[in-house]
Amino acid sequence: MSQAVDDTLIEAHGLSRHYDVSNGFFGGQATVKALSNTSFRLQAGRTLAVVGESGCGKSTLARVVTMIEKPTAGTLTLDGHHLSSEVILSDAQQAALRASVQIVFQDPFGSLNPRQTIGRILEEPVLINRPDVSAAQREQQARAMLEMVGLRPEHYDRYPHMFSGGQRQRIAVARALMLEPRILVLDEPVSALDLSIQSQILNLLVDLQERLNLAYLFISHDLSVVRHMADDVMVMYLGRVVEKGAAAAVFGSPRHPYTQALLSATPVADPGRKQTRIRLQGELPSPLNPPVGCAFHPRCWKAEERCRQTAPELDDTEVHPVACFFPL
Amino acid sequence: MPLLDVRNLSVDFKTSNGQFRAVDRVDVQVDVGDVLAIVGESGSGKSVSMLAVMGLLPWTASITADSMRFDGLDLATAEPRQRRAIIGKDVAMIFQEPMSSLNPCFTVGFQLREALKAHLPLSRRERQRRAVELLEQVGLPEPERRLNAFPHQLSGGMCQRVMIAMAIACKPKLLIADEPTTALDVTIQAQILELLLELQKNTGMALVLITHDMGVVAETARRVSVQYAGQKVEEQEVQALFANPHHPYTSALLAALPERATTRRLPSIPGVVPGQFDRPAGCLFSPRCAFADDRCRQVNPAMAAAELGHARCHYPLIQGIPQREVS
Repeated sequence: MSQAVDDTLIEAHGLSRHYDVSNGFFGGQATVKALSNTSFRLQAGRTLAVVGESGCGKSTLARVVTMIEKPTAGTLTLDGHHLSSEVILSDAQQAALRASVQIVFQDPFGSLNPRQTIGRILEEPVLINRPDVSAAQREQQARAMLEMVGLRPEHYDRYPHMFSGGQRQRIAVARALMLEPRILVLDEPVSALDLSIQSQILNLLVDLQERLNLAYLFISHDLSVVRHMADDVMVMYLGRVVEKGAAAAVFGSPRHPYTQALLSATPVADPGRKQTRIRLQGELPSPLNPPVGCAFHPRCWKAEERCRQTAPELDDTEVHPVACFFPL
Repeated sequence: MPLLDVRNLSVDFKTSNGQFRAVDRVDVQVDVGDVLAIVGESGSGKSVSMLAVMGLLPWTASITADSMRFDGLDLATAEPRQRRAIIGKDVAMIFQEPMSSLNPCFTVGFQLREALKAHLPLSRRERQRRAVELLEQVGLPEPERRLNAFPHQLSGGMCQRVMIAMAIACKPKLLIADEPTTALDVTIQAQILELLLELQKNTGMALVLITHDMGVVAETARRVSVQYAGQKVEEQEVQALFANPHHPYTSALLAALPERATTRRLPSIPGVVPGQFDRPAGCLFSPRCAFADDRCRQVNPAMAAAELGHARCHYPLIQGIPQREVS
């Protein structure tokens, strides 16, 4: 495996994923732009958070980065390997690459096979990707991994239903780490967990990142969790990145109206705090029929004629770029 | 006299493995025009206690209470007829999943008019007019057209607005909202919470908000009741609760909020909420509590005084310091 010169593990340029759908019985073809023109870079040991509401394309991004889906345009460089809609990798190359990008899903009740023991769940990725590893070695790896994520080695023979939500999420993390990946995609890893369990899992993720120098692509809609975990933040709206920057900058001085609205809509656990909330009118438009111009303009209080006609672009050369004609 | 007065409510479920106590000696008092939040993690019994008030529990549940009065009527001994006349009219409830609480086979208008038909002596035309009026009140654009829509044609936020319209159709005195915004996006959540508070203010109804989100509690409630493993462990005014929690569980829960974190590692609560088979003797929180001693592990604590937030703890906290008695 060729190593990148610096420790950049993901580099995405103009990444897009469009779906062709038939628009009803007589409607003909339409295109859903689930992800458009997304560029970012992620280094080892860092966390990039992707935030946005449902339908903003954050999960599509996770699927493209983990190679579950191919991008329809743009290039993706994963751990030194180039991927794009044109470049076709051999199966062996893809398998090698998949080992370095792993994913943890939101719901630990749905992501673990109820008929497999924990040991079998953990060993499966090794069994498939590293067939030359002996059974004894696999078991040893799995038991060591259980310890690493804060479970006991004797949990090896148990089934998922014997564990609580938090423990299951630990198992899901353990499974993702079995192939020693360098990138972990975390798709809403704590959304399904209770508050007292959430902090345990967040601490585990922080620990693992420090120990293994992992790069996290952290997808979440919970801004207080993102604020705590992220080094960099990318805010998405209807398949496009609207603002990008260091977490402190994005949370401290948001520039896009949508980011502002999102931050002000997030309830803060401080009853003394009085603040004027930005009231967003309406709901997310349908991705099948996005508005002309800036996708946010029907809900934006600063929108002018120009916003209704042309879509603002994100200038990636800036430190804290924003896709808006009237940034704050 | 409080509008809703529930004392010493316990709910047990018959399961194949014996009795399971989901709600354990809980008191709930709601005054006219009050906004009470019930917070707790999953399995804390926060929904079950309100479902018991509504009479929506399955037959496997056995409910015992010293008193369960709503607006002068004893709900425990009332005739089913009397109960039905109140439930849905004077007490209404909305649920977490707006999409699955609405019947997919009927239009929104039909379901809305059905609530009116059951409780109010209105003619067909008046019902239609009231339905339009209600949808306007909850902020749905083009109400006449929406009445003919089926739930699947509306978004989650719109469905929740329809649910709210249905709940306030008969001008209830008490509205119970069970995790009304958990399934919604943050910007929609803000809209729905604002709508609920506005309705509460304009109509003077009491609101009980069941939630697990401390942020939602801080921004909406006046009074907060914290539940853990079926018990009410603390009840305080919202400001006081966040400033000075008296029960170690509340304190630990607040400390675990990422937004209150001062370090990269969050202070976390070890272990998990006890289930049916691993209920500890003594205080239910003792295995996870940082301050627990032998007394906590053996003796079930009583509720402390009102100025200590009725904390169900032997050593309630004051500014984070447990008050050990001088012995």
